[in-house]
Amino acid sequence: MAIILLCVNFAPLIKIMVYLTRVEHFNAAHKLYNPAWSREQNDAVFGRCANENWHGHNFELFVTVKGDPNPDTGFIVDAKMLGRIVKDSIIEKLDHRNLNLDVDFMRDKMCSIENLVIGIWNELKPLIPTGVELHCIKLVETPRIYVEYYGD
Amino acid sequence: MIRKVSVFRHEHFNAAHRLNNPEWDESTNERVFGKCNRPHFHGHNYELIVRVTGEPDPKTGFVMDMKILSDIIIDKVVNKFDHRNLNLDTEEFKNLNPTAENIAIVIHDLLRTEIDDALELKVILYETPRNYVEYPA
Repeated sequence: MAIILLCVNFAPLIKIMVYLTRVEHFNAAHKLYNPAWSREQNDAVFGRCANENWHGHNFELFVTVKGDPNPDTGFIVDAKMLGRIVKDSIIEKLDHRNLNLDVDFMRDKMCSIENLVIGIWNELKPLIPTGVELHCIKLVETPRIYVEYYGD
Repeated sequence: MIRKVSVFRHEHFNAAHRLNNPEWDESTNERVFGKCNRPHFHGHNYELIVRVTGEPDPKTGFVMDMKILSDIIIDKVVNKFDHRNLNLDTEEFKNLNPTAENIAIVIHDLLRTEIDDALELKVILYETPRNYVEYPA
């Protein structure tokens, strides 16, 4: 029986992981309303959020990526470029819009911030530059309510 | 010697609106109001600060009982505008563009009749963390 010993020097594989967050914002209208339910049931579950004529919020969006600083730039990612990606792919679609009516990736979904943060994750994930990984999206609906999504 | 003190109460409401002048054509509305004119509305977390100024009552030490001030703001303003569409759901903005300026004036007038005439009243309204208005100026 042959015994093969592999000797590996692990030292160069130790990475320093840094998290970078880009903050953007948008203002939008929405309502929480399940069309399969009666008006009474919607009012009972969603309260004032089910108002037929919408209400709205100033949303704050935190996009966090993680990676190892590039030795030449010191960056894990160009934060300005990340901001441009978030603005072009997400903010442009959501800002000053009606989230129920105007947003392609929210069509036929309940317009909660939970579903919205998942939708934003799915839109952004393929656009994240190589070398960094999308870590977390935090979406703040009011100063007192926010959600976080880590992709799992 | 008159010693006036200002007391402040902070409340908030979330509402949808759009900015549109029905007397203008669509291209003029778009040019003037931009994204705020979009037909399906957008919305904000409005932060409302109400300032009442006067001399503390020698018997209570209060300019105004803050609990009463809060109850008045909730009753007259927050219950009217919170989780509403300002254009569609409120009498006040049926024929008035719901800009932050006009909302502040409307809120002031709703509160003014409820607060002692001897006290000064100012309304500060944040439409976003970066945009806010004051009335009276």
